[in-house]
Amino acid sequence: MNTSNLLKVITAGILTASVAMQAQAHRAWMLPSSTVLSGDAPYVTFDAAISNTLFYPDHVAMNLTGVKAYGPEGNSVELLNTAKGKYRSTFDIQLNDEGTYKIATSGGGLRARWEDENGKRKMWPRRGQTAQDSEFDSAVPQNAKKLRVSRSYRRVETFVTLGAPSDKVFAPTNQGIEMIPQTHPNDLYAGETATFTLLIEGEPAKGATIEVIPDGMRYRNQQNEIKLTANEKGEFEITWPAAGRYFLEAEYEDNKVALPATKRTGSYAATFEVLPM
Amino acid sequence: MNTPKVLLIFSTIFSVFSTCANSETLTLDVQIPQLKVAEYHSPYVAVWLESKSRKSTQIAVWYDVKMADNEGQEWLKDIRQWWRRGGRSLDLPYDGITSATRGPGSHQITIDLNRAELKELKPGDYKLRIEAAREVGGRELIEIPLTLPLDKTALPISKNGTSELGKISLSLQTNN
Repeated sequence: MNTSNLLKVITAGILTASVAMQAQAHRAWMLPSSTVLSGDAPYVTFDAAISNTLFYPDHVAMNLTGVKAYGPEGNSVELLNTAKGKYRSTFDIQLNDEGTYKIATSGGGLRARWEDENGKRKMWPRRGQTAQDSEFDSAVPQNAKKLRVSRSYRRVETFVTLGAPSDKVFAPTNQGIEMIPQTHPNDLYAGETATFTLLIEGEPAKGATIEVIPDGMRYRNQQNEIKLTANEKGEFEITWPAAGRYFLEAEYEDNKVALPATKRTGSYAATFEVLPM
Repeated sequence: MNTPKVLLIFSTIFSVFSTCANSETLTLDVQIPQLKVAEYHSPYVAVWLESKSRKSTQIAVWYDVKMADNEGQEWLKDIRQWWRRGGRSLDLPYDGITSATRGPGSHQITIDLNRAELKELKPGDYKLRIEAAREVGGRELIEIPLTLPLDKTALPISKNGTSELGKISLSLQTNN
């Protein structure tokens, strides 16, 4: 191995480590009270939070501004009784139609990090803020030191089903990072294997790294994470070790992006419930 | 599948079930145990026939049909396996299948093999599955193997539940 290759490997290692650490620090999740429902127009209530310990809200409440619910026909469903507490937000949705509902918050665009003349680290948009790509030229000094620009996408979602599961909410939008399930996410059972596909702007997110973590972290000493990698088609398989709730997080990165960005990243998170056989 | 094959299968099935004459009825006896609990609600029970490829044919569903606004349907999902194996696709109430819950005791379900859905089933091995789920209680699933055309030599057959179900027996009852 020559020096330049070695350097690449080291850089890649550092990059991976920093991405992983970042992911650890911000686990954003929405947890439904039930995922499989029967009866006439039942309600589901959700907790939405950002916390390291799954699923215990002990850090920051999720901002509900960007959270949207979609009905079985792709129709918009109103969030009811929304409230933001210190550690968690809550909301309800009513399932008036049979089929599968998706509750999601997503976003993306240009991101920049640099150092100012005093060596102070800067980022745009600022933490917790959103910004438009059109503001990039005025907000980011183009000749700044250590300027790194990425096009970054994120998505946090979960699913609930009244009656028989349906597939319409999984139709890809080909925008940002998305998960297209081959196994229905409200039809998961302990001991069975589920197959999901990750897409980045409609293309397979090959090589994406995935971590699946079971609920109840407070009562054990290890994360018990299942580590997976998406194949050439962006697919990965999970065999559910036990019934319970799971948090899935996927990270993707490549350089297939237009300037001023030099890298494209995607961060996907979802909550699933696995039932006993 | 081509037409002659379909015809062949149907004629086979027809001859198979015509042997199960009107004088005999396939009967499933379901015992709901008496439980010493502070708060007792009769269990929701589902009975269905499942093929090797997991295709389900509904036999019986007992749930709280009397509650206003179909509220009793809210807990049907708790009959978890049944819900997955077809319950969730049914339009309820389902005539001839759904009825009220039963309390402790012995309850007979007549399985009419001449009913259209059962009559159409292909010869082969099936599982008769009986699942019970009780509010503030547990859940239990019992399976009885069944071969179609009906293998009378295998009957009667019974299994014992351990928690939510008592003795379950499948037998041929002669009608007089």
